[in-house]
Amino acid sequence: MVTAVTSFGRSGLYDWLIQRVSAVVLAAYTLFVAGFIVLTPDLTFAVWSDLYSTLCMRVFSLAALLSIAAHAWIGLWAVLTDYLTNRMMGAKATVLRLVAQGVLGLVTMTYTVWGVEILWGF
Amino acid sequence: MKKNRPVNLDITTIQLPITAYVSILHRASGVILFAGVAVLLWALDNSLASEEQFSALKESLNNPLCQFIIWGTLAALAYHMVAGIRHLFMDIGIGETLEGGQNGAKIALFVAFIIIALLGAWIW
Ligand code: HEM
Repeated sequence: MVTAVTSFGRSGLYDWLIQRVSAVVLAAYTLFVAGFIVLTPDLTFAVWSDLYSTLCMRVFSLAALLSIAAHAWIGLWAVLTDYLTNRMMGAKATVLRLVAQGVLGLVTMTYTVWGVEILWGF
Repeated sequence: MKKNRPVNLDITTIQLPITAYVSILHRASGVILFAGVAVLLWALDNSLASEEQFSALKESLNNPLCQFIIWGTLAALAYHMVAGIRHLFMDIGIGETLEGGQNGAKIALFVAFIIIALLGAWIW
C-alpha cells in the first residue's frame, strides 16, 4: 500500500472516509444550529447559553470542532498538493508545502483549543 | 515515468462546463471557510461570554464591515455545504452520469443562491 506521510489517515482511503464522516457531522451541526437560531422566536442570551451548557450540546460541539480539524487538514492537503507541486515550481515546492502545512497545523490546533476553551469556559 | 512529459492543463484554453464551476467554487469556499472558522469561533465566544457581549454581538450586525464579514463567512459555509452534500450524493451513486452531474450542479447552484440571498436579507 502506498502511504503518504503528510496525509491525515496515513492512506488515501482513510483520508477519503474521514473527509466524508466529518462532512456529515459538520452538515448535521450546521443545520441544527441554523435551525435552532431560525426557529427560536426570541433568542435571548439565557436561551442560548442554556443550550450550550447542556452536556449533549457540548459533546456535539466538540465533535464538530474535531471534525473541522480533520476535515480542513485533509481538504487543504488536497489543495496544497495540487498547486504547490514540483512540476509547477521545482524542488522548492516541497519545502513551501511543508511550511504551509506547518502553519495550517498550528492554526488548526489553535482553533481546537480555542473552541474547547469557549465551550468549557463560560 | 518521464519527469518532464508534456501536460496540457492550461485551463485558459479549455472551456469549462457548469460542473467545473461548481467544483472550483467548492474548493474556493472550503479555503475561505478555513479562515471563516475564526469568525465563527469569535462569534460563538462573544455569544456565550456574557449578556453584554451577546448584545454587543447583535449590535455588530449593524456595522457594515461586520455585516460583510459575517455574510461572507456564512455564504461560504452555505455554498460549501450544499455542494458538499451533492458530493456525498454522488459518492453513493446518485447523479453520477453526465446529465445527472449537470442537473445536480444546477440544483446545487440554485439552492446555494437562495440560501445566500436569504442570509443577506437576514443580515441587512
Ligand atoms: C466548517 C468548516 C469546513 C471547512 C474549513 C471545509 C474545508 C474544505 C476544504 C478545504 C476542502 C477541500 C476542497 C478540495 O479539495 O477541492 C473540503 C472538501 C470537502 N468538504 Fe468541506 N469544509 C467544511 C465544512 C464542510 C461541510 C459542512 C460539508 C458538508 C457536506 C463539507 C463537505 C465536503 C466534502 C464532501 C469535501 C470533499 C470534496 C472532494 O473530495 O473533492 N465540508 N472541505
